[in-house]
Amino acid sequence: MVKKEIIFQHDGDMQMKAVAVLIQKASSYRSNIWLQAGERRANGKSLLGVMSLAIQKGTTVEISAEGPDEDDALEAIAGYLENPEV
Amino acid sequence: MASVSLKNIIDEFNLEELTSFGNTEDILISVADVTRPGLQLSGSYEHFGADRIQLLGNMEMAYLDAQTAEDRMYKLDQLMSRGIPCLVISRQHEPFAELLECSRRYSVPLLRTPEVTSVFMSALIKYLNVELAPETTLHGVLVEIYGEGILMLGESGVGKSETAMEIVKRGHRLIADDLVEVRRVSDTTLLGQAPEIIRHLIEIRGLGILDVKELFGVSSIKQQESIDFVIKLELWDERKSYERLGINEETTDILGIRVPSITIPVRPGRNLAIIVEVAAINFRQRRMGYNAAEELTKRLFGN
Repeated sequence: MVKKEIIFQHDGDMQMKAVAVLIQKASSYRSNIWLQAGERRANGKSLLGVMSLAIQKGTTVEISAEGPDEDDALEAIAGYLENPEV
Repeated sequence: MASVSLKNIIDEFNLEELTSFGNTEDILISVADVTRPGLQLSGSYEHFGADRIQLLGNMEMAYLDAQTAEDRMYKLDQLMSRGIPCLVISRQHEPFAELLECSRRYSVPLLRTPEVTSVFMSALIKYLNVELAPETTLHGVLVEIYGEGILMLGESGVGKSETAMEIVKRGHRLIADDLVEVRRVSDTTLLGQAPEIIRHLIEIRGLGILDVKELFGVSSIKQQESIDFVIKLELWDERKSYERLGINEETTDILGIRVPSITIPVRPGRNLAIIVEVAAINFRQRRMGYNAAEELTKRLFGN
């Protein structure tokens, strides 16, 4: 299991489209991916789950991945959260 | 550690604030218990839990009333200087001048309710138990089928949401899709509900996000439900053997409570909704003391 913590820096809230792209990225990996913001933890492959985290500018998100391609998955998700292109 | 702010308690029980220091949001209660400080007022502070809400009813008020003003001041000062979160007077009693003064001296909010002491006390403890219960979030779907709360767990893409949709179409209720917030409200009961932001929404791949309440109405949803039974959905694995008789009692541990569970292998073409529905009925029947596999054994071997 690998973990990384990032602070969401993008202006404004994490919009639906950004979440959709994120879960599509997450779903392309075989590893289990989890996002945690505050006390809530969501499966990185679940749209409603990630939406419910209500990630905003300044939110600290801890990403964890576990599985055969965990390192790549973590890099990709962390990279996207740090610089989401919508 | 779970806690609930005094402000929430005041709002929940409509408590009157006799003194207020603007800090009720910062006062956090983390014990689900209430003390009637009779012994403390008479001078004994052995095992005193200063983190509990203190409640003054008929008995305590009568005792204080029988004291001289000087004694009352001393006793109340002793109690309120110990860092208690607040003091509640029940039955709409008038506060003594000394109570108000000590409350201001130590910035301990003085609250009042017209309720009967014992009724208020049990309602408050019940409320605290629910609010302070250990909590976790699970990735799954919670539905109610024939009165049983069924939690479906499984990997992303195994078909939980689709199954939930069909279960709703068959006349049952959805509580939460995707994320289930679970609270252990007693040693035997787990309560599940959806995070408010995504309540009663469901995501079906290819359709997008659906609002079950708007689509199918209030009778298709429920706010919260106990978790009576867990169904694990997993992709069919040819090398694994699956339960054929229904004799084994499998359980799943959630927050330290062992919930009866079964594992259902998923294969294209299997109607999961019907299987889950029947599993719920079968679970009810078992709870009523009937097990089809055991009955078969009796027929075979006649004992």
